[in-house]
Amino acid sequence: MNTAGRRGARSIAAWPRPVRPRLPAWLGYRIQRLLAPNACYRWLAGWLERSPARYRAFAAAEQAAKGELFGCRMCGQCTLPVTGYACPMTCPKQLRNGPCGGVGSDGSCEVYPDIRCVWLEAWERAERHGRVADLHLLQRPVDHRRWGESAWVSYWHGRDDGLWAAGDASAIRDSVPAAERR
Amino acid sequence: MTVPPSPPSLRSRLESAQTAVTAEVGPPRGADPEAVRRKVEALRGWVDAVNITDSQSAHVRLSNWAGSILALAAGVEPVMQLTCRDRNRIALQSDLLSAAALGVPNVLLMTGDHPRFGDHPDAKPVFDLDSVQLVWTARTMRDEGRLLSGRTLDPPPHWLIGAVENPFAPPAGFRAARLGKKVAAGAEFVQTQFVFDVPAFTRWMTGVRELGLDARCKVLAGVGPVRSLRALEYMRGNVPGLWIPDEIGRRLRGVPPGRVADEAMTMCAEIIQQVLRIPGVSGVHVMAPGFEHGIPEILARAGLTRAGVGSGHAH
Repeated sequence: MNTAGRRGARSIAAWPRPVRPRLPAWLGYRIQRLLAPNACYRWLAGWLERSPARYRAFAAAEQAAKGELFGCRMCGQCTLPVTGYACPMTCPKQLRNGPCGGVGSDGSCEVYPDIRCVWLEAWERAERHGRVADLHLLQRPVDHRRWGESAWVSYWHGRDDGLWAAGDASAIRDSVPAAERR
Repeated sequence: MTVPPSPPSLRSRLESAQTAVTAEVGPPRGADPEAVRRKVEALRGWVDAVNITDSQSAHVRLSNWAGSILALAAGVEPVMQLTCRDRNRIALQSDLLSAAALGVPNVLLMTGDHPRFGDHPDAKPVFDLDSVQLVWTARTMRDEGRLLSGRTLDPPPHWLIGAVENPFAPPAGFRAARLGKKVAAGAEFVQTQFVFDVPAFTRWMTGVRELGLDARCKVLAGVGPVRSLRALEYMRGNVPGLWIPDEIGRRLRGVPPGRVADEAMTMCAEIIQQVLRIPGVSGVHVMAPGFEHGIPEILARAGLTRAGVGSGHAH
Protein backbone atom coordinates (compact mmCIF):
# COMPACT_ATOMS: atom_id res chain seq x y z
CA MET A 1 0.00 0.00 0.00
CA ASN A 2 2.73 2.39 1.03
CA THR A 3 5.04 1.59 -1.85
CA ALA A 4 2.19 1.86 -4.31
CA GLY A 5 1.30 5.17 -2.69
CA ARG A 6 4.78 6.56 -3.20
CA ARG A 7 4.86 5.39 -6.81
CA GLY A 8 1.56 7.16 -7.33
CA ALA A 9 2.91 10.30 -5.74
CA ARG A 10 5.71 10.60 -8.26
CA SER A 11 3.41 9.95 -11.19
CA ILE A 12 1.18 12.91 -10.32
CA ALA A 13 3.94 15.21 -9.17
CA ALA A 14 2.33 18.02 -11.13
CA TRP A 15 -0.67 18.00 -8.82
CA PRO A 16 -0.49 20.16 -5.73
CA ARG A 17 1.29 18.79 -2.69
CA PRO A 18 1.42 20.46 0.72
CA VAL A 19 4.44 22.71 1.14
CA ARG A 20 5.79 23.76 4.50
CA PRO A 21 6.57 27.47 4.13
CA ARG A 22 10.22 28.43 4.36
CA LEU A 23 9.55 32.01 5.34
CA PRO A 24 8.77 32.52 9.03
CA ALA A 25 5.27 33.91 9.46
CA TRP A 26 6.46 36.99 11.38
CA LEU A 27 8.65 37.94 8.44
CA GLY A 28 5.71 37.43 6.09
CA TYR A 29 3.56 39.80 8.11
CA ARG A 30 6.40 42.35 8.19
CA ILE A 31 6.98 42.16 4.44
CA GLN A 32 3.23 42.54 3.95
CA ARG A 33 3.43 45.93 5.67
CA LEU A 34 6.32 46.93 3.41
CA LEU A 35 4.35 45.92 0.32
CA ALA A 36 1.13 47.69 1.33
CA PRO A 37 -0.30 49.59 -1.65
CA ASN A 38 0.74 53.21 -1.97
CA ALA A 39 1.16 55.70 -4.81
CA CYS A 40 4.66 54.40 -5.56
CA TYR A 41 3.59 50.79 -5.87
CA ARG A 42 0.55 51.76 -7.91
CA TRP A 43 2.80 53.63 -10.31
CA LEU A 44 5.14 50.60 -10.49
CA ALA A 45 2.19 48.27 -11.16
CA GLY A 46 0.95 50.52 -13.95
CA TRP A 47 4.46 50.79 -15.44
CA LEU A 48 4.82 46.99 -15.39
CA GLU A 49 1.47 46.49 -17.06
CA ARG A 50 2.25 48.89 -19.89
CA SER A 51 4.81 46.42 -21.24
CA PRO A 52 3.95 42.71 -21.57
CA ALA A 53 7.65 41.83 -21.43
CA ARG A 54 8.19 43.78 -18.20
CA TYR A 55 5.05 42.26 -16.69
CA ARG A 56 6.14 38.73 -17.64
CA ALA A 57 9.60 39.25 -16.17
CA PHE A 58 8.14 40.63 -12.95
CA ALA A 59 5.64 37.75 -12.68
CA ALA A 60 8.48 35.27 -13.28
CA ALA A 61 10.48 36.85 -10.47
CA GLU A 62 7.44 36.72 -8.20
CA GLN A 63 6.90 33.08 -9.11
CA ALA A 64 10.53 32.22 -8.38
CA ALA A 65 10.49 33.93 -4.98
CA LYS A 66 7.08 32.74 -3.81
CA GLY A 67 7.61 29.31 -5.32
CA GLU A 68 10.76 28.83 -3.30
CA LEU A 69 9.25 30.21 -0.08
CA PHE A 70 5.68 28.90 -0.19
CA GLY A 71 5.37 26.45 -3.10
CA CYS A 72 3.39 29.16 -4.94
CA ARG A 73 1.61 27.88 -8.05
CA MET A 74 0.66 31.35 -9.35
CA CYS A 75 -3.10 31.15 -8.92
CA GLY A 76 -2.87 34.94 -9.19
CA GLN A 77 -5.21 35.53 -6.24
CA CYS A 78 -2.89 35.48 -3.30
CA THR A 79 -4.41 34.59 0.05
CA LEU A 80 -1.11 34.23 1.95
CA PRO A 81 -1.66 37.32 4.17
CA VAL A 82 -4.77 35.71 5.69
CA THR A 83 -3.60 32.09 5.81
CA GLY A 84 -0.61 32.46 8.11
CA TYR A 85 1.67 32.71 5.07
CA ALA A 86 1.10 29.04 4.23
CA CYS A 87 -0.27 28.52 0.72
CA PRO A 88 -3.63 26.69 0.56
CA MET A 89 -3.20 26.13 -3.18
CA THR A 90 -0.58 23.52 -2.29
CA CYS A 91 -3.36 21.51 -0.61
CA PRO A 92 -4.14 18.56 -2.94
CA LYS A 93 -7.79 19.66 -2.85
CA GLN A 94 -6.80 23.33 -3.15
CA LEU A 95 -9.10 24.18 -0.25
CA ARG A 96 -9.11 27.90 0.51
CA ASN A 97 -11.41 27.82 3.53
CA GLY A 98 -9.62 25.51 5.92
CA PRO A 99 -8.53 21.89 6.25
CA CYS A 100 -10.64 18.99 5.03
CA GLY A 101 -11.92 16.31 7.38
CA GLY A 102 -9.29 13.84 6.30
CA VAL A 103 -6.35 15.26 8.27
CA GLY A 104 -4.70 12.39 10.16
CA SER A 105 -4.57 12.47 13.95
CA ASP A 106 -0.80 13.00 13.55
CA GLY A 107 -1.47 16.02 11.33
CA SER A 108 -0.68 14.22 8.08
CA CYS A 109 -2.27 15.07 4.75
CA GLU A 110 -5.01 12.65 3.69
CA VAL A 111 -3.62 12.44 0.18
CA TYR A 112 0.11 12.44 0.97
CA PRO A 113 0.35 10.84 4.42
CA ASP A 114 4.09 11.48 4.61
CA ILE A 115 3.54 15.25 4.33
CA ARG A 116 2.02 17.54 6.93
CA CYS A 117 -1.33 19.19 6.18
CA VAL A 118 -0.65 22.73 4.91
CA TRP A 119 -3.72 24.01 6.74
CA LEU A 120 -2.25 22.76 9.99
CA GLU A 121 0.78 24.91 9.20
CA ALA A 122 -1.53 27.83 8.43
CA TRP A 123 -3.46 27.38 11.66
CA GLU A 124 -0.38 27.12 13.87
CA ARG A 125 1.34 30.10 12.25
CA ALA A 126 -1.80 32.25 12.42
CA GLU A 127 -2.46 31.25 16.02
CA ARG A 128 1.11 32.04 17.09
CA HIS A 129 0.72 35.56 15.74
CA GLY A 130 -2.79 36.26 16.98
CA ARG A 131 -4.21 36.08 13.47
CA VAL A 132 -6.75 33.25 13.91
CA ALA A 133 -9.58 35.59 12.89
CA ASP A 134 -8.05 35.65 9.39
CA LEU A 135 -8.93 32.00 9.00
CA HIS A 136 -12.61 32.73 9.73
CA LEU A 137 -12.92 34.87 6.59
CA LEU A 138 -14.97 33.34 3.79
CA GLN A 139 -12.75 32.86 0.77
CA ARG A 140 -14.51 33.35 -2.54
CA PRO A 141 -14.02 30.86 -5.40
CA VAL A 142 -10.85 31.18 -7.44
CA ASP A 143 -11.12 32.88 -10.83
CA HIS A 144 -9.30 30.39 -13.02
CA ARG A 145 -8.70 32.95 -15.75
CA ARG A 146 -6.18 34.64 -13.51
CA TRP A 147 -3.61 31.84 -13.18
CA GLY A 148 -0.17 33.19 -13.96
CA GLU A 149 -1.00 36.79 -13.11
CA SER A 150 1.22 38.72 -10.73
CA ALA A 151 -0.61 38.83 -7.42
CA TRP A 152 1.59 41.73 -6.31
CA VAL A 153 0.51 43.87 -9.25
CA SER A 154 -3.13 42.96 -8.60
CA TYR A 155 -2.70 43.74 -4.91
CA TRP A 156 -1.22 47.18 -5.60
CA HIS A 157 -4.07 47.92 -7.98
CA GLY A 158 -6.61 46.89 -5.33
CA ARG A 159 -8.04 44.17 -7.55
CA ASP A 160 -7.90 41.55 -4.82
CA ASP A 161 -9.97 43.42 -2.26
CA GLY A 162 -12.88 41.06 -2.85
CA LEU A 163 -11.05 37.75 -2.55
CA TRP A 164 -12.54 37.14 0.86
CA ALA A 165 -15.45 38.40 2.93
CA ALA A 166 -16.42 38.52 6.59
CA GLY A 167 -19.82 37.98 8.10
CA ASP A 168 -23.00 36.18 7.25
CA ALA A 169 -24.70 38.64 4.95
CA SER A 170 -21.87 38.67 2.43
CA ALA A 171 -22.75 37.90 -1.15
CA ILE A 172 -20.66 35.23 -2.78
CA ARG A 173 -20.17 37.47 -5.79
CA ASP A 174 -17.75 40.28 -5.31
CA SER A 175 -19.36 43.64 -6.05
CA VAL A 176 -16.92 44.09 -8.93
CA PRO A 177 -17.44 41.24 -11.39
CA ALA A 178 -14.11 39.53 -11.98
CA ALA A 179 -14.47 39.93 -15.74
CA GLU A 180 -14.48 43.71 -15.48
CA ARG A 181 -11.47 44.06 -13.24
CA ARG A 182 -8.77 44.10 -15.86
CA MET B 1 -47.93 -4.94 3.84
CA THR B 2 -49.27 -1.56 4.87
CA VAL B 3 -47.17 1.41 4.01
CA PRO B 4 -46.69 3.50 7.17
CA PRO B 5 -47.96 7.06 7.04
CA SER B 6 -45.46 9.38 5.50
CA PRO B 7 -43.27 10.75 8.33
CA PRO B 8 -42.70 14.44 8.79
CA SER B 9 -39.91 15.76 6.60
CA LEU B 10 -36.39 16.23 7.89
CA ARG B 11 -36.95 19.98 7.82
CA SER B 12 -40.06 19.87 9.98
CA ARG B 13 -38.46 17.32 12.31
CA LEU B 14 -35.50 19.63 12.86
CA GLU B 15 -37.72 22.68 13.27
CA SER B 16 -39.91 20.93 15.83
CA ALA B 17 -36.83 20.11 17.94
CA GLN B 18 -37.68 16.40 17.96
CA THR B 19 -34.79 13.96 17.66
CA ALA B 20 -33.96 13.62 13.98
CA VAL B 21 -32.62 10.38 12.54
CA THR B 22 -30.96 10.01 9.18
CA ALA B 23 -29.15 7.01 7.74
CA GLU B 24 -26.69 6.52 4.96
CA VAL B 25 -27.55 4.51 1.86
CA GLY B 26 -24.76 3.75 -0.56
CA PRO B 27 -26.01 3.22 -4.12
CA PRO B 28 -24.88 0.00 -5.83
CA ARG B 29 -21.99 -0.61 -8.19
CA GLY B 30 -24.29 -1.81 -10.92
CA ALA B 31 -27.45 -0.88 -12.73
CA ASP B 32 -29.96 -2.50 -10.39
CA PRO B 33 -32.52 -0.05 -8.97
CA GLU B 34 -33.77 -2.77 -6.60
CA ALA B 35 -30.57 -2.50 -4.57
CA VAL B 36 -31.45 1.06 -3.53
CA ARG B 37 -35.12 0.27 -3.07
CA ARG B 38 -34.38 -2.67 -0.74
CA LYS B 39 -32.03 -0.66 1.46
CA VAL B 40 -34.39 2.30 1.62
CA GLU B 41 -37.49 0.23 2.37
CA ALA B 42 -35.76 -1.40 5.32
CA LEU B 43 -35.39 2.07 6.79
CA ARG B 44 -38.83 3.48 5.99
CA GLY B 45 -40.58 4.66 9.10
CA TRP B 46 -37.38 4.51 11.14
CA VAL B 47 -35.60 7.54 9.75
CA ASP B 48 -36.55 11.03 8.64
CA ALA B 49 -34.34 10.88 5.58
CA VAL B 50 -31.70 8.76 3.91
CA ASN B 51 -28.39 10.15 2.70
CA ILE B 52 -27.65 9.08 -0.84
CA THR B 53 -23.90 9.13 -1.22
CA ASP B 54 -21.99 10.59 -4.16
CA SER B 55 -19.65 7.80 -5.29
CA GLN B 56 -18.47 7.50 -1.73
CA SER B 57 -14.74 7.16 -1.05
CA ALA B 58 -14.19 8.00 -4.73
CA HIS B 59 -15.49 4.59 -5.81
CA VAL B 60 -17.86 4.69 -8.79
CA ARG B 61 -21.48 3.98 -7.89
CA LEU B 62 -24.88 4.76 -9.29
CA SER B 63 -25.22 8.53 -9.10
CA ASN B 64 -26.37 10.57 -6.14
CA TRP B 65 -29.36 12.10 -7.95
CA ALA B 66 -30.55 8.80 -9.44
CA GLY B 67 -30.27 7.20 -6.01
CA SER B 68 -32.23 10.11 -4.56
CA ILE B 69 -35.05 9.58 -7.02
CA LEU B 70 -35.11 5.87 -6.22
CA ALA B 71 -35.33 6.75 -2.52
CA LEU B 72 -38.24 9.11 -3.17
CA ALA B 73 -39.98 6.35 -5.10
CA ALA B 74 -39.43 3.99 -2.17
CA GLY B 75 -41.15 6.46 0.13
CA VAL B 76 -38.23 7.98 2.04
CA GLU B 77 -37.01 11.52 1.76
CA PRO B 78 -33.46 11.73 0.40
CA VAL B 79 -30.54 13.88 1.47
CA MET B 80 -28.54 14.13 -1.73
CA GLN B 81 -24.83 14.26 -1.05
CA LEU B 82 -22.85 16.34 -3.51
CA THR B 83 -19.07 16.58 -3.59
CA CYS B 84 -16.65 18.97 -5.25
CA ARG B 85 -14.46 16.04 -6.30
CA ASP B 86 -15.83 15.40 -9.80
CA ARG B 87 -17.57 18.58 -10.90
CA ASN B 88 -16.67 22.15 -11.64
CA ARG B 89 -18.95 25.02 -10.62
CA ILE B 90 -21.06 24.67 -13.76
CA ALA B 91 -21.85 21.00 -13.11
CA LEU B 92 -22.34 21.56 -9.37
CA GLN B 93 -24.93 24.28 -9.91
CA SER B 94 -26.60 22.27 -12.66
CA ASP B 95 -26.87 19.22 -10.39
CA LEU B 96 -28.22 21.37 -7.56
CA LEU B 97 -30.92 22.76 -9.84
CA SER B 98 -31.74 19.29 -11.13
CA ALA B 99 -32.11 17.98 -7.61
CA ALA B 100 -34.58 20.74 -6.78
CA ALA B 101 -36.55 20.17 -9.97
CA LEU B 102 -36.82 16.45 -9.24
CA GLY B 103 -38.16 17.04 -5.75
CA VAL B 104 -35.03 16.33 -3.70
CA PRO B 105 -35.71 18.33 -0.53
CA ASN B 106 -32.27 18.18 1.13
CA VAL B 107 -28.70 18.47 -0.09
CA LEU B 108 -25.48 17.74 1.79
CA LEU B 109 -22.53 19.62 0.38
CA MET B 110 -19.00 18.47 0.95
CA THR B 111 -15.49 18.56 -0.48
CA GLY B 112 -15.25 14.82 -1.02
CA ASP B 113 -12.45 12.29 -0.77
CA HIS B 114 -9.50 12.63 -3.09
CA PRO B 115 -9.68 10.19 -6.06
CA ARG B 116 -6.21 8.95 -5.25
CA PHE B 117 -7.62 6.38 -2.83
CA GLY B 118 -10.66 5.45 -4.89
CA ASP B 119 -11.12 2.87 -7.61
CA HIS B 120 -9.91 5.32 -10.27
CA PRO B 121 -6.72 6.80 -8.81
CA ASP B 122 -5.84 7.87 -12.34
CA ALA B 123 -8.82 10.27 -12.45
CA LYS B 124 -8.46 14.03 -12.62
CA PRO B 125 -9.47 15.59 -9.31
CA VAL B 126 -11.59 18.70 -9.87
CA PHE B 127 -12.04 20.62 -6.60
CA ASP B 128 -13.04 23.80 -8.45
CA LEU B 129 -14.97 24.95 -5.36
CA ASP B 130 -14.42 23.88 -1.77
CA SER B 131 -17.19 22.82 0.59
CA VAL B 132 -17.62 26.28 2.14
CA GLN B 133 -17.86 27.87 -1.29
CA LEU B 134 -20.34 25.22 -2.44
CA VAL B 135 -22.58 25.86 0.58
CA TRP B 136 -22.28 29.59 -0.10
CA THR B 137 -23.17 29.01 -3.75
CA ALA B 138 -26.24 26.95 -2.81
CA ARG B 139 -27.46 29.61 -0.40
CA THR B 140 -27.01 32.26 -3.07
CA MET B 141 -28.96 30.16 -5.57
CA ARG B 142 -31.81 29.63 -3.13
CA ASP B 143 -32.04 32.89 -1.18
CA GLU B 144 -30.95 35.36 -3.84
CA GLY B 145 -32.16 33.31 -6.79
CA ARG B 146 -28.82 33.78 -8.51
CA LEU B 147 -26.04 31.67 -9.92
CA LEU B 148 -22.37 32.34 -9.17
CA SER B 149 -22.34 34.20 -12.47
CA GLY B 150 -25.02 36.54 -11.18
CA ARG B 151 -27.65 35.28 -13.61
CA THR B 152 -31.11 34.86 -12.12
CA LEU B 153 -32.89 31.59 -11.45
CA ASP B 154 -36.60 31.36 -12.09
CA PRO B 155 -37.88 29.84 -9.95
CA PRO B 156 -35.08 29.44 -7.42
CA PRO B 157 -34.51 26.06 -5.74
CA HIS B 158 -35.69 25.40 -2.19
CA TRP B 159 -33.70 22.60 -0.56
CA LEU B 160 -32.51 22.40 3.02
CA ILE B 161 -28.74 22.92 2.95
CA GLY B 162 -26.51 20.58 4.91
CA ALA B 163 -22.78 20.27 5.47
CA VAL B 164 -20.39 17.90 7.17
CA GLU B 165 -17.68 18.34 9.77
CA ASN B 166 -15.08 16.13 11.38
CA PRO B 167 -14.86 17.08 15.07
CA PHE B 168 -11.84 14.83 15.60
CA ALA B 169 -9.38 15.93 12.93
CA PRO B 170 -6.65 18.42 13.77
CA PRO B 171 -6.45 21.31 14.36
CA ALA B 172 -8.86 20.71 17.25
CA GLY B 173 -9.01 24.44 18.00
CA PHE B 174 -10.36 25.24 14.54
CA ARG B 175 -12.98 22.52 14.03
CA ALA B 176 -15.91 24.32 15.66
CA ALA B 177 -14.91 27.54 13.89
CA ARG B 178 -14.78 25.66 10.61
CA LEU B 179 -18.39 24.64 11.13
CA GLY B 180 -18.97 28.32 11.86
CA LYS B 181 -17.71 29.18 8.38
CA LYS B 182 -20.14 26.71 6.85
CA VAL B 183 -22.99 28.14 8.94
CA ALA B 184 -22.02 31.66 7.87
CA ALA B 185 -22.05 30.41 4.29
CA GLY B 186 -25.55 28.96 4.73
CA ALA B 187 -25.48 25.47 6.27
CA GLU B 188 -28.68 24.70 8.17
CA PHE B 189 -27.74 21.26 9.41
CA VAL B 190 -24.51 19.33 9.78
CA GLN B 191 -23.74 15.65 9.95
CA THR B 192 -20.49 14.70 11.63
CA GLN B 193 -17.86 12.06 11.07
CA PHE B 194 -18.36 8.81 13.07
CA VAL B 195 -18.41 9.52 16.80
CA PHE B 196 -16.58 6.79 18.71
CA ASP B 197 -14.85 9.12 21.15
CA VAL B 198 -17.77 10.70 23.01
CA PRO B 199 -15.62 12.90 25.31
CA ALA B 200 -13.83 14.42 22.29
CA PHE B 201 -17.18 14.99 20.58
CA THR B 202 -18.51 16.60 23.76
CA ARG B 203 -15.56 19.01 23.76
CA TRP B 204 -16.25 19.95 20.13
CA MET B 205 -19.94 20.49 20.95
CA THR B 206 -18.90 22.84 23.76
CA GLY B 207 -17.05 24.90 21.15
CA VAL B 208 -20.06 24.75 18.84
CA ARG B 209 -22.34 26.07 21.61
CA GLU B 210 -19.87 28.77 22.62
CA LEU B 211 -20.00 30.08 19.06
CA GLY B 212 -23.81 29.89 19.18
CA LEU B 213 -23.82 27.61 16.15
CA ASP B 214 -26.28 25.06 17.54
CA ALA B 215 -28.98 27.74 17.49
CA ARG B 216 -28.50 28.28 13.75
CA CYS B 217 -27.45 24.87 12.51
CA LYS B 218 -28.83 21.52 13.64
CA VAL B 219 -26.14 19.04 14.60
CA LEU B 220 -26.64 15.36 13.74
CA ALA B 221 -23.93 13.19 15.28
CA GLY B 222 -22.57 10.54 12.94
CA VAL B 223 -22.67 7.05 14.44
CA GLY B 224 -22.27 3.49 13.25
CA PRO B 225 -21.35 -0.01 14.33
CA VAL B 226 -17.88 -1.53 13.92
CA ARG B 227 -19.15 -5.01 13.22
CA SER B 228 -15.95 -7.06 13.34
CA LEU B 229 -12.33 -6.81 14.40
CA ARG B 230 -11.41 -6.89 10.72
CA ALA B 231 -13.73 -3.95 10.06
CA LEU B 232 -12.07 -2.15 12.97
CA GLU B 233 -8.61 -2.60 11.46
CA TYR B 234 -9.89 -1.59 8.03
CA MET B 235 -11.56 1.57 9.29
CA ARG B 236 -8.50 2.53 11.29
CA GLY B 237 -6.21 2.10 8.31
CA ASN B 238 -8.31 3.21 5.37
CA VAL B 239 -10.95 5.75 6.31
CA PRO B 240 -9.46 9.26 6.31
CA GLY B 241 -10.04 11.34 9.40
CA LEU B 242 -11.48 8.57 11.54
CA TRP B 243 -10.57 8.32 15.21
CA ILE B 244 -11.44 5.08 17.02
CA PRO B 245 -10.34 4.89 20.67
CA ASP B 246 -8.81 1.61 21.96
CA GLU B 247 -11.85 1.10 24.17
CA ILE B 248 -13.91 0.05 21.13
CA GLY B 249 -11.44 -2.73 20.25
CA ARG B 250 -11.19 -3.85 23.88
CA ARG B 251 -14.93 -4.33 24.11
CA LEU B 252 -15.15 -6.16 20.80
CA ARG B 253 -12.33 -8.51 21.83
CA GLY B 254 -13.96 -9.06 25.20
CA VAL B 255 -16.92 -11.01 23.78
CA PRO B 256 -16.97 -14.43 22.07
CA PRO B 257 -16.30 -14.17 18.30
CA GLY B 258 -19.91 -15.08 17.50
CA ARG B 259 -21.20 -12.11 19.49
CA VAL B 260 -18.94 -9.34 18.15
CA ALA B 261 -21.48 -8.04 15.62
CA ASP B 262 -24.18 -7.97 18.28
CA GLU B 263 -21.92 -6.20 20.76
CA ALA B 264 -21.11 -3.65 18.04
CA MET B 265 -24.81 -2.84 17.65
CA THR B 266 -25.21 -2.46 21.40
CA MET B 267 -22.18 -0.16 21.55
CA CYS B 268 -23.57 1.91 18.69
CA ALA B 269 -26.92 2.21 20.49
CA GLU B 270 -25.10 3.32 23.66
CA ILE B 271 -23.19 5.98 21.75
CA ILE B 272 -26.48 7.20 20.25
CA GLN B 273 -27.94 7.57 23.73
CA GLN B 274 -24.83 9.36 24.98
CA VAL B 275 -24.61 11.88 22.15
CA LEU B 276 -28.33 12.67 22.33
CA ARG B 277 -27.83 13.76 25.94
CA ILE B 278 -25.29 16.40 24.89
CA PRO B 279 -26.88 19.87 24.73
CA GLY B 280 -27.15 21.14 21.17
CA VAL B 281 -27.30 17.73 19.48
CA SER B 282 -30.47 17.49 17.37
CA GLY B 283 -30.21 13.92 16.21
CA VAL B 284 -28.07 11.17 14.80
CA HIS B 285 -26.89 10.10 11.38
CA VAL B 286 -26.34 6.34 11.20
CA MET B 287 -23.72 4.98 8.82
CA ALA B 288 -23.55 1.22 8.34
CA PRO B 289 -22.35 0.49 4.80
CA GLY B 290 -23.63 -2.90 3.65
CA PHE B 291 -25.64 -3.27 6.86
CA GLU B 292 -28.44 -0.80 6.25
CA HIS B 293 -31.00 -3.51 7.08
CA GLY B 294 -29.56 -3.70 10.62
CA ILE B 295 -30.03 0.00 11.34
CA PRO B 296 -33.62 -0.39 12.66
CA GLU B 297 -32.37 -2.87 15.27
CA ILE B 298 -29.68 -0.40 16.39
CA LEU B 299 -32.26 2.39 16.61
CA ALA B 300 -34.63 0.10 18.55
CA ARG B 301 -31.88 -0.68 21.06
CA ALA B 302 -31.24 3.05 21.40
CA GLY B 303 -34.93 3.59 22.14
CA LEU B 304 -35.56 5.49 18.91
CA THR B 305 -38.58 3.46 17.81
CA ARG B 306 -41.12 5.59 16.00
CA ALA B 307 -44.84 5.31 16.55
CA GLY B 308 -46.52 3.14 13.93
CA VAL B 309 -43.46 1.14 12.93
CA GLY B 310 -41.33 -1.50 14.45
CA SER B 311 -42.41 -5.06 14.83
CA GLY B 312 -41.90 -6.15 11.24
CA HIS B 313 -38.44 -4.66 11.03
CA ALA B 314 -36.53 -5.83 14.07
CA HIS B 315 -34.57 -9.02 13.53
